Amino acid sequence: MQRRTRPRATTPEPRAGRPLIAFGRWWWAGPALLAVLLVQYAATLAGTFFAFTDYSGVGTFTLTGLDNFVAIFQDPSVLGVIGNTLLYAVAQMVGTTILGLAFALALHRGLKSRYVLRAIVFLPIALSPLAVSYVWKFVFEYDGLLNQALGALGLEQFQRTWLGDPETAIWTVVTVIIWQGVGISMVIFLAGLSRIPAELEEAASLDRANLWQRFRYVTLPALRPSVTVATMLSLIFGLRLFDPILALTGGGPVSSSKNLALLVYEQAFTQGNFGYGAALSLILTVIILIFAIIQQLITRERPGD
Amino acid sequence: MFRYTPLTFVREIIMILVTAIFALPLYILLVGSMKTTAEFRSTSPLALPTDPQWSNFLEVITTTGRNSIVAGFMNSLILTVGSLVVIILLGSFCAYVIVRSTRRWARASFYLFLVAIILPTQLGIVPLYVGARAVGLTGSLIGLIIIYSGMFLPLCVFLYASFFRGHPRDYEEAAAIDGAGPFRTYWHSVLPLMAPVTGTVAILAGVAIWNDFFTPLIFLGGTNYPTLPVVMYQYVGNLVAEWNKIFAVVVIAFIPVMIFFIFTQRRLMQGFSGGVKS
Repeated sequence: MQRRTRPRATTPEPRAGRPLIAFGRWWWAGPALLAVLLVQYAATLAGTFFAFTDYSGVGTFTLTGLDNFVAIFQDPSVLGVIGNTLLYAVAQMVGTTILGLAFALALHRGLKSRYVLRAIVFLPIALSPLAVSYVWKFVFEYDGLLNQALGALGLEQFQRTWLGDPETAIWTVVTVIIWQGVGISMVIFLAGLSRIPAELEEAASLDRANLWQRFRYVTLPALRPSVTVATMLSLIFGLRLFDPILALTGGGPVSSSKNLALLVYEQAFTQGNFGYGAALSLILTVIILIFAIIQQLITRERPGD
Repeated sequence: MFRYTPLTFVREIIMILVTAIFALPLYILLVGSMKTTAEFRSTSPLALPTDPQWSNFLEVITTTGRNSIVAGFMNSLILTVGSLVVIILLGSFCAYVIVRSTRRWARASFYLFLVAIILPTQLGIVPLYVGARAVGLTGSLIGLIIIYSGMFLPLCVFLYASFFRGHPRDYEEAAAIDGAGPFRTYWHSVLPLMAPVTGTVAILAGVAIWNDFFTPLIFLGGTNYPTLPVVMYQYVGNLVAEWNKIFAVVVIAFIPVMIFFIFTQRRLMQGFSGGVKS
């Protein structure tokens, strides 16, 4: 160890950016930065550019200005797809948040079997959405579990071809994504609940607050950060949905359950309309950003609340 | 105050029933995968198989060619492990330097990663494909590892940096004074300290990459490297309502995840709820 020692009192303050001991090397950050700049930023910028062209994936292309967007907004079927995209996101957000909160409150403490039950509710998250969809597809088949159960209950008049009916196809997908997503919300709410001190709830019950009042004035305010995270996650998952739709309905019948992510895939990768596909994904991106901002504004902690 | 009352017992019974209904699809999957085609058609989905058909699984595993589950499994494994090694090494390197550096660019590049977490990947996927094809990275596992790294590094750097920010410098100073170079300091005293976050990153990114269907479908479509979800999609597409075999495919795809889940479920849950603190 050849290190000059100096009296402590006279040690000069290290100049900014040059500490006495250098931790790491600046270029260590390089590969990660490069990967993110290329895969995320450059690709996003290029995607925005392609949205204004008629690129087909090969050969040359010309700038077409807003043509792609005009075509999109004049096509009623595409507008329907945008509507479906929003419906999936809202249904996923509302469904998983309410059910996740219910499961979290029920399995927070008290029950002896709570750890096993939590694990079961959480399990679908770890499973592949594609594989999960095949299991559910059987439930909704014409000779599947749902119709059999309705038949056994004597409710034959409610039996239908769930996946082949334009009115119900989209709701089969919604059922599956909520079933799979409840676990994340539950775990986020459980984490929030575990941070409420037990004394606070005891104090509330000593003050003769009933169950609803305790939930409204003690539990819910403490859960606000959890609500922010849970709604944000489910919203983004819901907007980017792909595998369950492809596996359950393929977007049909007649686009009734198709969303933007699936339409982008069809246009850009199976029909070679890259420019049009890029324009669609630009719309999806803008929708995601708008939702993220609105969601942040609504669930942000407000002082004095 | 939280005593186990008769009311709690009633609540417990109700919750067990609710969760049983919740898990019903998984039960149907398991029993269905062991029935013959005829039995599957004739019996209730809830009935246990009279004679468990292990041959269903055997047939699915031994299928060769483009529908080979074993080949898909190996491709998924290489892809997931390879991506995780790259993500963890580059991500922890990067977060460490960002946290320890006092320079202005370090803060700026942290925000670069932060914004990239929110940036939706949809818009990038088309040009990413065009770019990857131009440099010959489509249709290869290496290419997809690079793309996954770019996709998951922002989250990884964010988690590492958030964790390491409050850490004292004592260990690194001790190592440096003992004569360790920057890399040895990092390898022997920084990386081991980051082990809890490394677990979270590995689980979150690992599960996402293992189950991903969309990206491999596009970047490896029609090549000799289909991943497990892509193989499953092709395979099931070829089976016309042979539900017992479809279920056998799905059960086999579930097994590795189930084993992983049993060992890591607590960590997995912590990982998913960890974001609440920030």
